[in-house]
Amino acid sequence: MKTRTTRAVQCSATLLAAGLLLTACGSSDGSGSGEQAGSTSFKGRGPITYAAGKDSSGVVQKVIDRWNQLHPNEKVTFVQLPTDADSQRQQMIQNAETKSDAYTLLSLDVVWTSEFAAHQWIDRLPADQFPLQKMLKPVVETAKYRGGLYAAPASSDGGMLYYRSDLLKKAGIAEPPATWSQMKADCAKVKKLPEGQGMSCYAGQFQKYEGLTVNFSEAVNSAGGVVTDANGKADVDTPAAKQGLDFLAGSFKDGTIPKEAITYQEEDGRQAFQAGKLVFLRNWPYMYSLAEKSKVAGKFAVAPLPGLNGPGSSSLGGHNLALSSFAKNKATALDFMKFFTNEDSAGTFLKDASLAPPYANLYDDKSLDQQYPYLPVLKQSILHAVPRPRVVQYGDVTSAVQQEAYAALSGSKDSAQALKDLQKALQNSTAQ
Amino acid sequence: MVHTKVPPGTAEHGTGSEAGGRSGRPRAPMGRRGRITAPSGPGRMAALLVSPTLLVLSIVVLYPTIMALRESLYGPKGLDPATGFIRTTEPFVGLRNYADILGAAGDRFWNAFWNTTFFTVVTVGLETLIGVAMALIMHKAFRGRALVRAGILIPWAVPTAISGLLWRWIFNSNGVANAIIGHQILWTTEGFHAKVAVIIAEVWKTAPFIGLLVLAGLQVIPKEVYEAARIDGAGPLGQFWHITLPLVKPALLVAVLFRCLDALRMFDLPYILVGAQKTSVETLSMLAQNEASNVRFGPAAAYAVILFLYVFLIALGFVRLLGADVVGDRAARAASRSGRRRRATAMRVTEVPA
Repeated sequence: MKTRTTRAVQCSATLLAAGLLLTACGSSDGSGSGEQAGSTSFKGRGPITYAAGKDSSGVVQKVIDRWNQLHPNEKVTFVQLPTDADSQRQQMIQNAETKSDAYTLLSLDVVWTSEFAAHQWIDRLPADQFPLQKMLKPVVETAKYRGGLYAAPASSDGGMLYYRSDLLKKAGIAEPPATWSQMKADCAKVKKLPEGQGMSCYAGQFQKYEGLTVNFSEAVNSAGGVVTDANGKADVDTPAAKQGLDFLAGSFKDGTIPKEAITYQEEDGRQAFQAGKLVFLRNWPYMYSLAEKSKVAGKFAVAPLPGLNGPGSSSLGGHNLALSSFAKNKATALDFMKFFTNEDSAGTFLKDASLAPPYANLYDDKSLDQQYPYLPVLKQSILHAVPRPRVVQYGDVTSAVQQEAYAALSGSKDSAQALKDLQKALQNSTAQ
Repeated sequence: MVHTKVPPGTAEHGTGSEAGGRSGRPRAPMGRRGRITAPSGPGRMAALLVSPTLLVLSIVVLYPTIMALRESLYGPKGLDPATGFIRTTEPFVGLRNYADILGAAGDRFWNAFWNTTFFTVVTVGLETLIGVAMALIMHKAFRGRALVRAGILIPWAVPTAISGLLWRWIFNSNGVANAIIGHQILWTTEGFHAKVAVIIAEVWKTAPFIGLLVLAGLQVIPKEVYEAARIDGAGPLGQFWHITLPLVKPALLVAVLFRCLDALRMFDLPYILVGAQKTSVETLSMLAQNEASNVRFGPAAAYAVILFLYVFLIALGFVRLLGADVVGDRAARAASRSGRRRRATAMRVTEVPA
């Protein structure tokens, strides 16, 4: 009898241990994180930290070192987070939920601003202390929540259309396409060339992940629709949005987009373009220097994204600098934010790591244009860009967009039904 | 026995009572009476010795479990439309999280539930077959055996996240898998092929685990048993069926149980290999993670609790129905069966001083 009980105890202990792994992630204490709202006093000087994703170019440390030399008593330490954006967000949220002061400044992806601001994980910033009027307007918009500035724009990013200039020239096309129908017509011409045999026309990022949200939003915006309106309300069940989604879904059906592109993330598309399989590709600026070193070097160029009736609009990428509500030494933090996001630093980031600056005039710099021939196109792309939905529950919104867009692209739902379902899902998740 | 009604201090006369009275506790009884109350002595000692372990267990196991249970009764913090800020407290919602999971989000939940079950049954089944085969190979004495053993174990040593990336590369639209079968399958898209991809990668990774545990079981089977079987005219198949399998069963059952528990909480492989929110491969853990990553810890905890109960029931069923011996006393008993007499005497010897 005794051994039986002991055994039972031992058994359940083992099973419980197995169960721990499942439940541990779910436990957190229910207490809130509410403190002051709105007005923040930026007091205290001393060492601070800057938390951002891994920086492979080393330029972040270089800029921080420059600051540390000038301010030996207010040193900044660079806390490197994982490369993966989701893990970065997770660590920042954990830091906020435990009200830790480990991270002073957070490098936020542009789509996180609303969520972090609404949870009061980051402080509202004095807008008059940042040179916002010198920055590109769409970029500044990504740093705002309900009209207040919650982050300082540090870097931006916009999609561009990469195209095979050599093939277009051979096919007698002088200008890159500005509309989707022009693009399809150009493709048909290129495919008639001997070099164009077996090539596919167009690709973007259509795997079920954040890239799909970007590509879907771009298609909808480029056709004149919106995913969410200026107030963050869903308004995607419209004829314009349908035309945008129909372009993508139809292109999959008629082979303009190769079937395998449904598995493409940025890198897959780049590989295909560099292997000469694609005439057109939507991708970010980072690809430019890599493609320059590949088989297609000198044979490609960039243009603004095409749209339904004229140039399309890109989604906005990039990172903003935000101040954690639970941090110490906020006066130093504010100064460092100004330093880190000033024109000088932005120039360094552009030169060393080809990060698109938020400042308008850097794009017009002749010497930089020589190093980065795509800058004028990128400026156009960012100027016409539309931020992705700026809502608190961004995670749910992007999930819903991916769910429905993927269903439409893979042909398991027609586009009208997909948009209808998306509208409903978005209303649910933005209602809270 | 008749003395039991007498107060302890006065039960025994002489030297014992005085000492006992002073310490306020009865001294360790002796003689006939000692036989009856003896268990309380070593029992108390055992409880004392086990208590640090129990304390640690209750801190790292019991407390988080209870906290998760409690958390699952709270809803997500709402957005205050007036201020635009998230409210600071989580509302108590009772069992609504569970009702939502089974009601509003029911389709998604049951899909994940069946995926989880399907993956567990298929992968553990395949792993058992392949693992036993691996163990039999590893057990044979031949040249280069160490190399084969190491080779078979490599997949087990690779972290799951890494093997997920590895297999994603293999199952890429232009990857090795498609090159081998000479036909383009888009493995990471929705559909049964995505399940197949996950199963292949999972079996590749964890069959060695079963192999390893079965190998340990094989190594304790004495050679004489096989010799006797050979003399009796049993073929290789008969030997495997009547000797190897029954004798290796305890080890195998434990291995299968562990694998089941592991497979039921499968997360990283489908998440990395195929991707998040793919209906074809979404498991229960992925649902919990999805809720938690959207800062809704209540619903996330509810998913985790449901999964915990499911795992718990499966494990309990294993222990009850198949007699899987998790703790190890059955193995000790089985092992002692051959030398029971010697063991029994040894036990009596150790028991006497206590």
